[in-house]
Formats: sequence, structure tokens, C-alpha cells
Amino acid sequence: MSGRLFMQEAAILEIIQGMAQVTRRLLDERGRDDPALVGIHTGGVWVARHLATALGVGTPLGELDISFYRDDFTRIGMHPQVRPSNIPFDVEDRHIVLVDDVIQSGRTIRAAMNEIFDFGRPASILLVTLVERHGRELPIQPDVVGLQPTLEAHEHLRLSGPEPLALHIEPAPGGRRR
Amino acid sequence: MSDRLQTDRHGRLRHFLTIEGLGREQLIQILDTAESFAALPGRRVKKVPLLRGRIVTNLFFENSTRTRTTFELAAKLLSADVVNFNVATSATAKGETLLDTLRTLQAMHTDMFVVRHASSGAAHFIARHVAPGVSVVNAGDGWHAHPTQAMLDMFTIRRHKGDFTPLRVAIVGDIRHSRVARSQIMALNTLGVTEVRVIGPATLMPAEVRSLGVHQFHDLDAGLEDVDVVIMLRLQKERMDSALLPSEHEYFQLYGLTEERLARTRPDAIVMHPGPINRGVEIASEVADGPRSVILQQVSHGIAVRMAVMSLVLGSAGESGS
Repeated sequence: MSGRLFMQEAAILEIIQGMAQVTRRLLDERGRDDPALVGIHTGGVWVARHLATALGVGTPLGELDISFYRDDFTRIGMHPQVRPSNIPFDVEDRHIVLVDDVIQSGRTIRAAMNEIFDFGRPASILLVTLVERHGRELPIQPDVVGLQPTLEAHEHLRLSGPEPLALHIEPAPGGRRR
Repeated sequence: MSDRLQTDRHGRLRHFLTIEGLGREQLIQILDTAESFAALPGRRVKKVPLLRGRIVTNLFFENSTRTRTTFELAAKLLSADVVNFNVATSATAKGETLLDTLRTLQAMHTDMFVVRHASSGAAHFIARHVAPGVSVVNAGDGWHAHPTQAMLDMFTIRRHKGDFTPLRVAIVGDIRHSRVARSQIMALNTLGVTEVRVIGPATLMPAEVRSLGVHQFHDLDAGLEDVDVVIMLRLQKERMDSALLPSEHEYFQLYGLTEERLARTRPDAIVMHPGPINRGVEIASEVADGPRSVILQQVSHGIAVRMAVMSLVLGSAGESGS
């Protein structure tokens, strides 16, 4: 079920520290003050929590479940476990840092951005992912990436957590397409 | 009635016709999904694009402004397009059969029918005759079932009480003619409450009351003792004419919910009513407007629950062949 262990928590947290430094530098370069974080359920929320601490962001974290915005609803139906999306700050004119665990096709990020705009019009969105994989199907690229592992095309990388965080390699397509 | 009709071989809802035959997990999934939809009104854009490009037809053979309106709003908040088919002014009044009406509406590419009908089994009948991939939601059929009403009531109870298992729930009024009560009793028992009580005069108890898994009371004061939830049913005035009841005034004396009587329940008990309420007949105004009343919350929750049901049903309809 959990697959082959790829990376343990200590190494993941170290990578998130590095991601925070790059994120901070990009935000400063672009003059984006007072950013707010939004994580995508479930793994993205876990990564966003650590990233928020590392960045010293005090604004409460937004959490998105993109089930109502997916483009494959007509093919695979409703996700069996939907959680409410919650953005506890005003999105209007805010600089958003959008966080997910893995980016692959880019479809999850497309859905997440559509949902964010239904909360308000943000000033900007910066995309941060722990893992970047090949296989983009949409013109969406992360601004900050933790790691780019070399994997077989059929292999999936899954983040488990929240305590401890771990990355596992799974052989079969296990879960939503990213 | 057939309950295999409404689920596919993976146990997912193809139609939503009755609570009967559904398991606890299926009911919980509806409630959990509704919880996400209930969060939408706090946003700038209150709707989601889930059912964009789908057509939902409200097929109401019996008048119901409230139920039809909440179904219509639920479909619109899911970005579906909605057609309201008013049967009283339609071809059925000119002698068209139900099946011909159905075929005509299907030719307009409807993806879902929301059906309200005075005859028990009407929604099942339509579900058996629609084209594959077309779904049916029962918005009330005769005395049989009103499953979305029952689910919005379960949603309201869960929001206030959390866990179903320790609860004692009393349903008061005309149980016999109430599709709402039948669906509520099934949902409450499936969700595992401690006790369901039905309270009302013997003339308004269903013949099969013993097989419903409920405790029967004819005395309101005794029945309300220590309950966590009181569900008042609307007294339909036409029952007065059929000599099942004496008078509105006398009914209120015996079965009307007053502040005094509410004191017999647990101090944190909530009061529910599917609406529209008859003030001074089944419920006193001071109770309907009082702090324990959650009647208006039920209306709001009805939208979220109907969104959940519609999206779950249409979500599985697309994959029916695979």
C-alpha cells in the first residue's frame, strides 16, 4: 500500500527549508509584501504548514480541496472524500503562495487557480511544489521546486503524513493526476 | 420498492430515489460532500463549475414552491442549466401520458430529472424508463419517500449534535401520510441513533408502524421526555376534512409543540420542521421563532445537501458503462 520509501522526513524538511529561502528571495525581488499561503489537499497542506513556519508567515493557511473544479469529473465522478475548502483571509489583492506536494500534468494547479479566483482576485500567485515530475499537459510551471527525481513513467511519488512526512514510490497510478 | 435501481455495481448512486437499501457509509458520504458545499456562501463566487454543461429538469406534478426552488438553486450553484417543467400547464393536462412527457423531455437532452409526484413509486417508474446515463432524483412521491428532505434533516442534526449514536429523536404529527417521516425514520436508523419515537394520534399512525423500528407514543408529553431532537410534521389541513382529526384547535391542545412541552426534552434539544409551518396548529410561534428552532437552517442546508446528491448522482452516471 505505502510502496517503496523514497525519502524520510528529515530530508524532506531540509528541502522545504531550501524552498523557503528561494521563495523568500523571489518574493523580495518582485516586491511582494505580506504573502499568504494556500495549500492543496492533502499533501500540499502539509508542505505549506512547514513552509509557512520557515517563511515566518503569520497569516493563517488557506486550504483547498479542488474536487469541485477538476476537469475529469464527467469521467471519474466525485472524489469519495471531499473536504471543505477554506481560505481564512481576504484573497482580494493579496500575494498568494500556492503550495502542492507534486506537480505533473498541471491539471490540479489549473483547478486550484480557478477556485482561488472564486474567492477573490489575488494580486499575484507564486507556485511552489515539493516535487516536480515530467508529463506536463498544460502550460503551468512552478516558480519554486524542491526536487526533480528521476523515476520511471509508470511510477508515482506519494507524500504521506502529516507526521512523519515521507515520500514513497508507488508502482501503479495511485490517486489524482497532478 | 427496488433499491438496486438506484446504485451501480460499485455501490455508487445512479439515482436517488429512497433511503431504503442505502448503507451508513453512503449516507455519510452525502453529508460529508454537503459539508463542502455548505462552505460556498462565504465566498465571493457562490457557485462551482462541477455540472457546467449539464441540464437538470424539475418535473413537478405536484406543487411545491420551496422544494422546487431549492433544487433549482442547488442545480444553478453547480453551474447546471435548469428547466422547470410545470405539469399543470403542460401537455399532460392535455392527455399526454407520463412516458410521452418523459421522452419529449429526454429529447431535449436532459441529464437529470428531479421528480415530485402525488403517486408513490412515480420516481422509481421514471428511473426505470429513462435512457442510460440519465439520472432521477426523487423530490417526494406520494406517501412513500422524500429522501433529500430526510438527508437535509440528518445534516442539520449532525451539525448540532455531532454523533448520531447517543440521540433520541421524536417525530411528531401525521406519520401515516408523511413521506418525510418514512425517509427520516430510515435515515435515523441507518445512522444508528439510540431511539426513534413517533408521536401522534392513532388515526395518523401507519399500519406498518411496528415494522419501522420506532417506539410509538400517543401522548406528546410522555414522548418528548429526554429527547435530543424534535421533528414536527406539517399537519395537512385536508386531513381534517377526512374525519381523521377533530379540529385544528383540539389538535394543538393535544399535539401542538409549546414552550411548556418543550421543557420535557433535554435542555439542548433542537426543534425541526420541514416547512411550511402552520403556526398555532402543530407548533406555537414562540417555539418556531425561539432559540431552539433550527427551521431556517434546515432550508439553507437543503441547498447544500441537494447539491451533494445531484453531483454524486451525475458524477457516477458518466461512468455507468465502464
